Amino acid sequence: MVKGTEFTLADYKAERPTWCAGCGDFGVLAAIQKAATNLHLHPDETAVISGIGCSGKMSSYVNVYGLHGIHGRTLPIATGVKLANRKLTVIASGGDGDGYAIGVAHFVHACRRNLDITYVVMDNNIYGLTTGQTSPTSRKGFRSKTSPEGSLEEPVRPLELALTSGASFVAQGFSGDVNTLADLIARGIRHKGFALINAISPCVTFNKVYGYDYFKQNLKPLGLDGIDGIIGNESPVGEAPNVKAPPSDDASALRAEGSEGRPTGHNIHDRLEALGVVMEHDGLVTGLIYEDTERPSFDDGLLGYDPEPLAHQNLDLNSAQWEQFTAQFY
Amino acid sequence: MVGGQQGEGIESTGEIFVQAMNRLGYWCYAYRHFASRVKGGHTNFKIRISGQEVRRGGDEIHCLVAFDQESIDHNWPDIKPGAVVAYDSATFEAKVPGDKQVTLVPVPMSKIAKDLGAAIMKNMVAVGVSAALLGLSPEDFASTMAGRFGKKGGKVVQSNAQAVQQGYDGSRSQFGTLLQLPERPKVTGEHHMLITGNEAVGLGALAAGCRLYGGYPITPATPVMYYLVSNLPRVGGAVVQTEDEIAAINVVVGGNYAGTRTMTATSGPGLSLMQEALSLSGMTETPAVVVDVQRAGPSTGLPTKLEQSDINMLVYGSHGEFPRVVLAPASVSDCFYLTMEAFNLAEELQCPVFVAIDLALGLSKQSIDPVDRHRVPIRRGKRVSEYELAAMDGKEFARYTVTDDGISPRSVPGQHGGRYVATGDEHTVTAHITEDPPTRTTQMMKRLRKLKAAHIAEPLRAGGANDPELLIIGFGSPTGAVSEAAAALSERGHRVAEVQLQLIWPFPRAELMPLLQKSERVLVVEHNATGQLANIIRLQCDYWPLSSLLKFDGNPFAVHEIVARAEALLAMPPLAVPPLIVPPLAAGGPGELTIAGFSSHEEVH
Repeated sequence: MVKGTEFTLADYKAERPTWCAGCGDFGVLAAIQKAATNLHLHPDETAVISGIGCSGKMSSYVNVYGLHGIHGRTLPIATGVKLANRKLTVIASGGDGDGYAIGVAHFVHACRRNLDITYVVMDNNIYGLTTGQTSPTSRKGFRSKTSPEGSLEEPVRPLELALTSGASFVAQGFSGDVNTLADLIARGIRHKGFALINAISPCVTFNKVYGYDYFKQNLKPLGLDGIDGIIGNESPVGEAPNVKAPPSDDASALRAEGSEGRPTGHNIHDRLEALGVVMEHDGLVTGLIYEDTERPSFDDGLLGYDPEPLAHQNLDLNSAQWEQFTAQFY
Repeated sequence: MVGGQQGEGIESTGEIFVQAMNRLGYWCYAYRHFASRVKGGHTNFKIRISGQEVRRGGDEIHCLVAFDQESIDHNWPDIKPGAVVAYDSATFEAKVPGDKQVTLVPVPMSKIAKDLGAAIMKNMVAVGVSAALLGLSPEDFASTMAGRFGKKGGKVVQSNAQAVQQGYDGSRSQFGTLLQLPERPKVTGEHHMLITGNEAVGLGALAAGCRLYGGYPITPATPVMYYLVSNLPRVGGAVVQTEDEIAAINVVVGGNYAGTRTMTATSGPGLSLMQEALSLSGMTETPAVVVDVQRAGPSTGLPTKLEQSDINMLVYGSHGEFPRVVLAPASVSDCFYLTMEAFNLAEELQCPVFVAIDLALGLSKQSIDPVDRHRVPIRRGKRVSEYELAAMDGKEFARYTVTDDGISPRSVPGQHGGRYVATGDEHTVTAHITEDPPTRTTQMMKRLRKLKAAHIAEPLRAGGANDPELLIIGFGSPTGAVSEAAAALSERGHRVAEVQLQLIWPFPRAELMPLLQKSERVLVVEHNATGQLANIIRLQCDYWPLSSLLKFDGNPFAVHEIVARAEALLAMPPLAVPPLIVPPLAAGGPGELTIAGFSSHEEVH
């Protein structure tokens, strides 16, 4: 149990997940718990908002406040939670169907609104809980029960979509590399504004084409201090690995270093360069892709918005406020 | 009435006029007729001026100021014989049919305005013309004009004042005073307010402690958002203009889950989009306040016209079964009080609460007695205290504890020790997902019985005869016409009673049944095509011989329409009304509900 303000990984663990053995979501769960541990998040001052699908169970498995809502609406729910109590750490989580199909409108608008919430998407390129249908990030030609002859449609490209929609923090991790993913999530939580962490999270039951092997072979880590993704050094699925040092505060170490086997370093503050790296590698990169540290978050920009949580306000109006509200009617 | 083309300033002309009348002490009602386009198309602003409170526009026009021939043609059927028709003689020569006599008052309004420097000031010239015709003086408009144009500088105020003066002079010298206003009421104490239903909803929300609003623009609900955009920041609150209504209602769910009173306002199409999340609110027992300013459907329907056709959606909408409350304010004042009440009920019952109004109530400006925010104290429902949570000593918080009234104390994020996951899946008392049949049945029953605690001060407002030959039931804006029709019928010697229904769900059966029982005939008046309220009454009260008066052409009921229907009914013998018996609610009897798998001992989990 939680004692004082020292929280260990165990404090963020809740009920035993019902995901299939080997599911990528175990790694994402471990990464969220690890990020929370590293950032010393108070479980009672943190909320995980999830949608529907295998990913939707995330809120039940992290021992914080949670709202397990409806399909595709995690972001607007998270928006309400955060605006209602700006002191909470709010993490929205969902899958590629939840975020990039039914909820894609909310995703685009969350990017441009830039409210201070963190969005972790478990992207497995398939609908898993409904037993295997083509999803918005399924590759063209992907065969499933709903596209037996191969999907005719181009996939949604979440990283490119986020970048062109004005997101202020865009990263991609891999559930096979929990350490890096945890670092990216922690960095996203600390980012003041909307942060997307697209977490590639293979479905071992229904997606036989795009599984761990495919991503291990094809994902290219963007070398970055503190979030140095090393493919092949993955943690055991379902168990969180040892905690690595918290992400670096050093804002100078932002230009990714080009080295052998890695993409050429890019300026993570340059949206166009970030877009270029993503497109050049067909979205198959891991690491911090883009961060805008200058842009004020929506909550900081709102005129008159109470610096203290709205949820803590005394709701009684005084006469001066009442007169202001009614003056126009006389 | 002032009429012309949209985008010509007709609305602001009307607003200045009605505000000035309100300040003089008159009781006013102003209804705006408009179309779904920005420029062009006939629009008019109709103002009723009275010595006592009025809750609807009149049916007849005594004075029309027309900026084009269309304004005369369009409104001709409503123009009273002997009325005054002033028109802009600089742009057209008014033609009137010969079927009734009117006094024509040609004034070159746009020419006067142009000579003063701006054609748009023809509206202020029209104000001056009207003032002269009604025996008012230009000074009567001075404070209103200063308030409206003051920000634009003294020069603008001055030239507009000149426009009023010249319109006044031009009309008065030639035509004098042609119409008699009612006796001016003496203004004593606090002056009455001039406010729309939408604004009253916004004000009620602020008074109730609403601090967060999520909304998507839609006619005729957007003015609620305008009001809150201007005023919520004054108390530190926030408005977020969402990408659609689905996002808006989910912001409401999220905001209320986190302990902030959060609201949205919309109209039928938006409410359709919100259905799924309303079910989430019901299932997770998260408060939600949703205002529906109804307009004419289906689909886009008549988006700028009046209807009350969302009642079925409000009462029966969304998937699955969950408790909800549907409030239906009958007047602008009620919009304020019932919006305050909606926030209390939402937090007390932990479910969606709808405030159902309609376009006429939402957009019409009405003079009302000043509202009193202390009449509805803020009640926040069952909340678990920090002390209680600390006393649990680390035990998991049982968010969905089964209680007698079905209401479980709730925690909000940030409260230490109160963690739970509000899930849309069926869940145990500690909020864990389950498919266990007894738990499912127990939790369903727990949620549904919460509605027994849904009380409001006036679920219905009854008036008129004690032994009525005819009872007229209405809700929302038509109650104004119903009251006037009932008065007219009483004057003609009929025993007539009326009911304004303000609580549609849970249906106030116990309150309405005795009134139905003692009435020889019952007429339900509503703006829809299928008698939605009448059907609810039939089912809820097991009372079938109802007559309906329906109107769904987009326009408000005229008093004579209700009177005519009532007189037709009164000319017929009273309907054979079976004796009414209120079935006992105790369980076990024949015809009573039996729930398989449910017994009271299972309730304690």
